Amino acid sequence: MRAPSGPNIVAGEVLLAVEEVSLAFGGVKAISGVSFDIRKGEIRAIIGPNGAGKTSLLNVINGFYHPQQGRIIFKGRRRSAMRPYEAALGGIARTFQNVALFKGMSALDNIMAGRTLKMRRGFFWQLIRIGPALAEEVEQRRRVEEIIDFLKIKHIRKIQVGKLPYGLQKRVELGRALAMEPDLLLLDEPMGGMNLEEKEDMCRFILDVNAHYGTTIALIEHDMGVVMDLSDRVLVLDHGVKIADGKPAEVQADRAVIDAYLGLAH
Amino acid sequence: MATEAADTFPKLLVRNARLYAGRPAYRHKDLGIWQVWTWAQVLEEVRAFSLGLQELGLKRGDKTAIIGSNRPRLYWAMCAAQALGAVPVPIYSDSVAEEMAYILDHAEVTIAVVEDQEQVDKLISISARLPRLSLVVYDEPRGLRDYDHTRLKSIADVQKLGRDLLAADTAALASEASGQRGDSMVRAPDTPPEPGSSVRAAQRWEAAVAAGSGPDLAIMLYTSGTTGQSKGVMLTFDNLIVSAINGNRFDDLGPDEQVVAYLPLAWVGDHVFSYAQPFTAGFCVNCPESPETVGEDRREIGTTYAFAPPRIYENLITLTMVRMEDAGRLKRAMFRYFIAVARRWGEKILNREKVPLHARLLYWLGERLVYGPLKNRLGVSRIRLAYTAGEAIGPEIFRFWRSLGVNLKQLYGQTEASVYITAQPDGEIYADTVGKPNIGVDIKIAENGEVLFKSPGVFAGYYKDPQKTAETKTPDGWVHTGDAGFIDDKTGHLKIIDRAKDVGRLNDGSLLAPKYIENKLKFYPNIREAVVYGDKRDFVCAMLNIDLTAVGNWAERNNIVYGSYQELAGHPRVYDMLAEHVEEVNRSLAEEKVMAGAQIRRFLILHKELDADDGEVTRTQKVRRGFVAERYEPLITALYSGAREADISTEVTFEDGRKGTLSASVKIRDVATVPVLAMEKAA
Repeated sequence: MRAPSGPNIVAGEVLLAVEEVSLAFGGVKAISGVSFDIRKGEIRAIIGPNGAGKTSLLNVINGFYHPQQGRIIFKGRRRSAMRPYEAALGGIARTFQNVALFKGMSALDNIMAGRTLKMRRGFFWQLIRIGPALAEEVEQRRRVEEIIDFLKIKHIRKIQVGKLPYGLQKRVELGRALAMEPDLLLLDEPMGGMNLEEKEDMCRFILDVNAHYGTTIALIEHDMGVVMDLSDRVLVLDHGVKIADGKPAEVQADRAVIDAYLGLAH
Repeated sequence: MATEAADTFPKLLVRNARLYAGRPAYRHKDLGIWQVWTWAQVLEEVRAFSLGLQELGLKRGDKTAIIGSNRPRLYWAMCAAQALGAVPVPIYSDSVAEEMAYILDHAEVTIAVVEDQEQVDKLISISARLPRLSLVVYDEPRGLRDYDHTRLKSIADVQKLGRDLLAADTAALASEASGQRGDSMVRAPDTPPEPGSSVRAAQRWEAAVAAGSGPDLAIMLYTSGTTGQSKGVMLTFDNLIVSAINGNRFDDLGPDEQVVAYLPLAWVGDHVFSYAQPFTAGFCVNCPESPETVGEDRREIGTTYAFAPPRIYENLITLTMVRMEDAGRLKRAMFRYFIAVARRWGEKILNREKVPLHARLLYWLGERLVYGPLKNRLGVSRIRLAYTAGEAIGPEIFRFWRSLGVNLKQLYGQTEASVYITAQPDGEIYADTVGKPNIGVDIKIAENGEVLFKSPGVFAGYYKDPQKTAETKTPDGWVHTGDAGFIDDKTGHLKIIDRAKDVGRLNDGSLLAPKYIENKLKFYPNIREAVVYGDKRDFVCAMLNIDLTAVGNWAERNNIVYGSYQELAGHPRVYDMLAEHVEEVNRSLAEEKVMAGAQIRRFLILHKELDADDGEVTRTQKVRRGFVAERYEPLITALYSGAREADISTEVTFEDGRKGTLSASVKIRDVATVPVLAMEKAA
């Protein structure tokens, strides 16, 4: 009887690779020539000071932004840019830095919305909800209930998400992303604005998602302690440039990273 | 009569599976849907579980810890262990690992049945110190997949062991039969066994059940311990079953009741109300989806019989009042008007007293417009009987519930009595008594005011502590309750004023019953907890905890900005508000001759909530007055020295077990008292 020592580090195949990607908004260079990869089953952290280009990089991965240069290879397919629906269909789900839920809908309905891509019946069938459409809804609801159970949000199932505290909204958003049964989950500051207890819960959920569903996770986070504990590999950006990439301990000891975070003594 | 032979819970289960075969015995909300097990199905589940545990080495006399929230499988674990003659030991699931280690070691537990990863992790952290603990069985597999399973198993796996045994028997029987006929066809071992068709394992189980009898030890409940280390109260099947049957008779409980099990498994109340009574009366136990959803689940089930400590009734009212403050004007006016009607007439109507016709009509209207919807919201629409016990309830709160038409009654009980000592019979309800002795119970009052009782439920003793047993239980069977009380002349009911050892006197000789005053304070929704001091002192002082929900809401409405509990608690306007409450309490104390001398002179608001993790309150939320006094010694000194302010620094334990320090400067307020004549003080 013994608890496993830590997250399983799977040196799996490359799920997604970014090659020499550059992105500029007018004259502002958000990302310049960044290359990195995400391997199947790992928790990959992207860190860096404010304005380092972390969110831009996530947006490039799931097709919100189209880079001017470079390539993205996802599940072996190489393309210069992905469209958001291609990313979703291909199994990339994400959460947002400042929670993008349907505020007027219940937690349950929000997570159900995440199953839209999995529904086979069309709009008309769903509208009348009889026979096969009902059977499908029951099946989809069961999946959603499993997620609700998994994230321990049973008590807020029927509450409007707009009325929920921030930490719970973040959890519902994670639930919606999970409902897509993604291969790759992108989390943009999953712990931003949370208190210590909420952070610890969220950490636990991220580890559980990774262990239980085997989902590959890429996350942006500011809390260094969290990053060091959670992730298998860390990518460090500064001013749109990759300055380090490796295991948490290596990155932590890297001179360039320390300078970027603490500032150079001029 | 067959029921006479059913003197253990496993025997009762076998009986119920026959008597109430197709009726629901357990419900559990899972994935948003109520799952139901009938009594016959529960018998199958328990038998398989039991045989599995036997296969894993559980023997007669062994102790099995049960740790977790109210889930059917954990209740079945108790019965499965009892069927083999083993003794279940439920432990509070929010105990920290240290507390668990003490009980597991003291009770010599060999197998622990727990809810989930959280509990498994706790047990792993202390397993090195518990050489006897050979196996941990869990219900919820999430997160446990990668754990080393040499000493860890899921309940499903244990049950599968049992089912395989039963199936193997069936197969052996079939092959014997077919062998005789010269037929080579063997029944597949996975064919579900029909009850009674599997010989060896099933017979072995039935023999084990038959070997148990009434005087055997049924369960050990570790008291939460207001004083020192917790003690293991040993209760026999006879204690529990006779008490439960008497309780059923007292309140006319039958197989149609619905209860929601949500109180800690380790509390005797839950054990009697969610285990002993359903087993004896045959009614259904509903297990909530999670501790946070109890309210919603209660509403869906429509509980008919409920049991709760006063705190729960208080919280529900606080919540209602707070919500009403946010409601629209019309609703608020309607609520105020009809609540006033209810306060005036509701109790009389419930007690079937004579009430004028216009009052009846108004109350009827109120029921349609306010009480009905409110009761529906609170999930008590179908309630036939609700008990409050564990502590004194504020008379206002008690009357409020009754005025709404909820038959709330008081009960006085103890772990050592298998709950029942006294209870209020229907039609004899008073806010300040705890009722008459239950069926089969005798009580008497000792010289020093302590209440003693004698009943079929009197515990067998404290585990491995004959000295404490002898201190509590006299040789002729009377048990010291430790509570001070008296029999009310008018009603013949018992009244409890405080713990016998807590009743003290001020230096001027005035009587001080701290809990009596604390309860008056705690009636105010803004005050969550109160601790009163004054024994062998010149005057009475109080330390208060604000209720964050109520005061937080008030602050919001009054544009008071605060960043933390501590900041809100120290706010001068919060002090003003609470000072008014304290002065009101003083006025009401002044009206009672005996208590008038014990008015509160000074008070302060603590900078943190009293917390079980810090040992300040017990797991059942009772304040440990002595411990709190030690911990906040500088504050008490300041209260009595006349200082305006005091600095305090305390160690706090976070939910994950880490510790930190919290420092604060706490202000002290003087409050007005009502002058009492010297003559009256002497009385």
